[in-house]
Amino acid sequence: MRRISLYSLDSLFGEISKSMTLYIPASDNAGGAVYTKYEDGVEYLNTLNTVKSPKNFFFPHTEDLMEFKLQGKNIDILDIRQESEDFAVFGVRGCDVKSFDILDRVFLSDPVDSYYATRREHGVIISLACTKPSETCFCTTFGIDPTEPMGDISAWMTESHLYLQPVTEKGKALMSKIEHITEACDDSEVLAQKDKTKNILSKLPLKDLSTDAFGSGKTKELFDSPQWAELSQSCLGCGTCTFVCPTCQCYDIKDFNTGSGVIRYRCWDSCMFSEFTKMAHGNPRLTQTERFRQRFMHKLVYYPENNDGLFSCVGCGRCLSKCPISMNIVKVMKSLGGDKNE
Amino acid sequence: MQKITRDQIVSKAVSLLQDGTVSAVLGWRQGEFCYDVTPSVFNTAEDIEANFVWNDFCGANFSKYLVSKTKNIDGKLLVFLKPCDTYSFNQLLTEHRFNRESVYVVGIPCEGMVDISKVKAVSGEGIVCAESKGAGLSVTTIYDENPKEIPYAEVLSERCLNCKSKKHVAYDELLGDEGEVIDSARFDEVEKLESMTSEERFAFWQGELSRCIRCNACRDVCPACTCEKCVFDNPNSGAESKAPTNSFEEQMFHVIRAFHVAGRCTDCGECSRVCPQNIPLHLLNRKFIKDINSFYGDYQAGAEVGMRAPLVDYDLGDLEACDVFERRDSE
Amino acid sequence: MNNRAETLIPVLGVITDVRIDTPDVKTFRVVTPDGKKAFDHKPGQCAMLSIPGVGEAMFSITSSPTNQEYMEFSIKKCGCVTDWLHQAEEGQQLTIRGPYGRPFPVDDEFAGKNLLFIAGGIGLAPLRSVINYCRHYRDRYGEIDIVYGSRSMDDLVDYNEIIDEWTKDTGIRVHLTIDREQEGWNGHVGFVPSYVKELDFSTDKTAIICGPPIMIKFTLDAMIEMGFAKEQVYTTMELRMKCGVGKCGRCNIGSKYVCKDGPVFRCDELSELPDEY
Repeated sequence: MRRISLYSLDSLFGEISKSMTLYIPASDNAGGAVYTKYEDGVEYLNTLNTVKSPKNFFFPHTEDLMEFKLQGKNIDILDIRQESEDFAVFGVRGCDVKSFDILDRVFLSDPVDSYYATRREHGVIISLACTKPSETCFCTTFGIDPTEPMGDISAWMTESHLYLQPVTEKGKALMSKIEHITEACDDSEVLAQKDKTKNILSKLPLKDLSTDAFGSGKTKELFDSPQWAELSQSCLGCGTCTFVCPTCQCYDIKDFNTGSGVIRYRCWDSCMFSEFTKMAHGNPRLTQTERFRQRFMHKLVYYPENNDGLFSCVGCGRCLSKCPISMNIVKVMKSLGGDKNE
Repeated sequence: MQKITRDQIVSKAVSLLQDGTVSAVLGWRQGEFCYDVTPSVFNTAEDIEANFVWNDFCGANFSKYLVSKTKNIDGKLLVFLKPCDTYSFNQLLTEHRFNRESVYVVGIPCEGMVDISKVKAVSGEGIVCAESKGAGLSVTTIYDENPKEIPYAEVLSERCLNCKSKKHVAYDELLGDEGEVIDSARFDEVEKLESMTSEERFAFWQGELSRCIRCNACRDVCPACTCEKCVFDNPNSGAESKAPTNSFEEQMFHVIRAFHVAGRCTDCGECSRVCPQNIPLHLLNRKFIKDINSFYGDYQAGAEVGMRAPLVDYDLGDLEACDVFERRDSE
Repeated sequence: MNNRAETLIPVLGVITDVRIDTPDVKTFRVVTPDGKKAFDHKPGQCAMLSIPGVGEAMFSITSSPTNQEYMEFSIKKCGCVTDWLHQAEEGQQLTIRGPYGRPFPVDDEFAGKNLLFIAGGIGLAPLRSVINYCRHYRDRYGEIDIVYGSRSMDDLVDYNEIIDEWTKDTGIRVHLTIDREQEGWNGHVGFVPSYVKELDFSTDKTAIICGPPIMIKFTLDAMIEMGFAKEQVYTTMELRMKCGVGKCGRCNIGSKYVCKDGPVFRCDELSELPDEY
């Protein structure tokens, strides 16, 4: 383990950005945080979570896939992908780090999504342990330890220092580049911080949320539950929960006429949107209840069924704080039997 | 003015349900925390007594829900409307979006609703309790057992700080005292934008709108957006898009929407309340309201049912396009 | 199944022939610009066709894999992409990617079985690939019955091929029906489900059904009544798709993705899924 004084945080960021683009959480000037390219004048914001999750680095909100040139009856297909550059992301919380595993199982499973894979190969994740979780946090429900945030390099921030511990080969390679500005240290401060945080975790209001009622094989039991109608009754059908969610990965592929050609791009999509499953001859999910049910069944039953029981939620709490009607996965889980205390 | 209490509202709801005046109640349901209340239909007195909430976080405007919730209802739906909600209510009636006979409106006074993100900016994360105490909120967090008292002036949502009316423009019955239309300072921010150079203004909106994630929450919550099929959801419209294909496109979404609701927007502020990126969308609408006021005389959408909005009405004295053009030049 | 590295980037195709089947169905013959078949496939698999600027959509490959020269797609006019294709002429290029999905088990479960194909309207398109495959390897299968119905005579897809080829094969019985009486039609009149019941097939057959959802539902009910087990009946499904490789999330039913776990399902597998299709 190595450490650097917080006074020298800027020199650490500066050193990393010498070899690759670095993104750090910074103010979005509207009360939230956004990952921002580090350069002179960009100030690190010690925030719990960014508004948009870091899935954007690997699965961007919108990305161009290919271009077509059309002439008469003829078409040219152009592969417009550019060589990806190495980049690092600093300050990713344990929940968001775990979300990459969940996305990997979708995008890196056969057939591999090369757009995602390239970004993943070029990205280095420097995580950051939580010390002040919010009342909306419930990552421990999904077996995540926010004091051991993983990534390529795990980091802990105390009042005086930033502690760094490489986890992967990529992390070791980056550590070697910043070795000269960091100092070797023992982990006593980090251990003390972990204890303190764990004590806070035991006081969080959602600590008893349980996944027992969910997972593989629960489709029959949960799908026809009368609760869905009740839970979804005031759902606006917007995409806020989906778009702030670090694990939602549905996408759309669309064409955009640039005037000199056609760009085929992909963008985030939401199963909450009314036309998501609409076909020429009908729509299998006609009401918001069905669309609402799909989102939660997917996270709590379908995804685990296909992925060794892993749930497609990391308990980051973004949907809890952002849903316009304050309906969210915690309320769904409790209503369908996920409260240990009930 | 005396604040209305939860008990008063609950006993009103229960008595109207039990005497058969209404068959269901639209209200706010208790969430996980003190602040995350969810709009919900209550069908029994027991449910109301156990789960109905009325606190400083009941900001949601229920008017738009009446369009869907009265569709298959036997009898009447009881709805509690705050003064500003009643303007949307009237506007929706003007647009024939639901039957007045299906609704029983109880007007409730409102002293302003709290924006939880403003509370968190002061108290920090980990809120376990935020209750009304005198002229502010008393907030406790898991990090500090000693309650922190935060004056309402610091945590009220923008729309409430600039409240335009404490008078209900529609109700069947009123709980508490009636208020007055307020001479608010809601156009001050618009004037600031107007005084900018066009480059500054462009940069301002570019900065704000670049955060947009196209979740459509602003549209989906907007009481003026009740089209059966929105142009932005129609794959055959050519305007359907879920992501910006270029930086200008986001502005198109919001500008088109602002144009579409111009003259019908009551300035309820729901768009800005729900925006996950805190974009001050209400300023776009207020600019239109301000312009309409200056072009055609003061007009408040939803003030009365059946009003002819200036933009859909013709009058020989109406402003000519050239007058508007001249006005722009003189600015 | 599909190991192409660039799953979303298509290859070029050219329409070399357009056949008008019915007032709203055309069959398009597609090859690569150098005149070859774009890729090999198995009966029941699909391909993504696109016209850049118009859109991309999933279609079942109508031609049999045994056809080594080209692929055919029978396409009903019903949306943006299909409208555009219907006005396309020979020589028009398009893009194609695939093959996608789980095919019919023609070499496993179907081998040695008596086969009963039941199709309604454009539902013949995915079955034609299987039927012609089975005709090609005729000795691998037992008796073949084909029940095919449409709204009218004019709406029967591949009518010429059915009359000129299928009905002439030995051991293949073709049973055609149309919904309502029509001048010039001497065959059976009535809906597919009731015709299937009338024909009173023995239950030693493996059945393959494709057609409008309502037809599939009633035919399946009729067959269960006749004594068929769900394990004997296969169908192929259609849901909205964008990626074709089980990632975009659209065609998700329960834990299955129609684009990769289907489109072919055995009916007992379907009844395990939530009723959302």
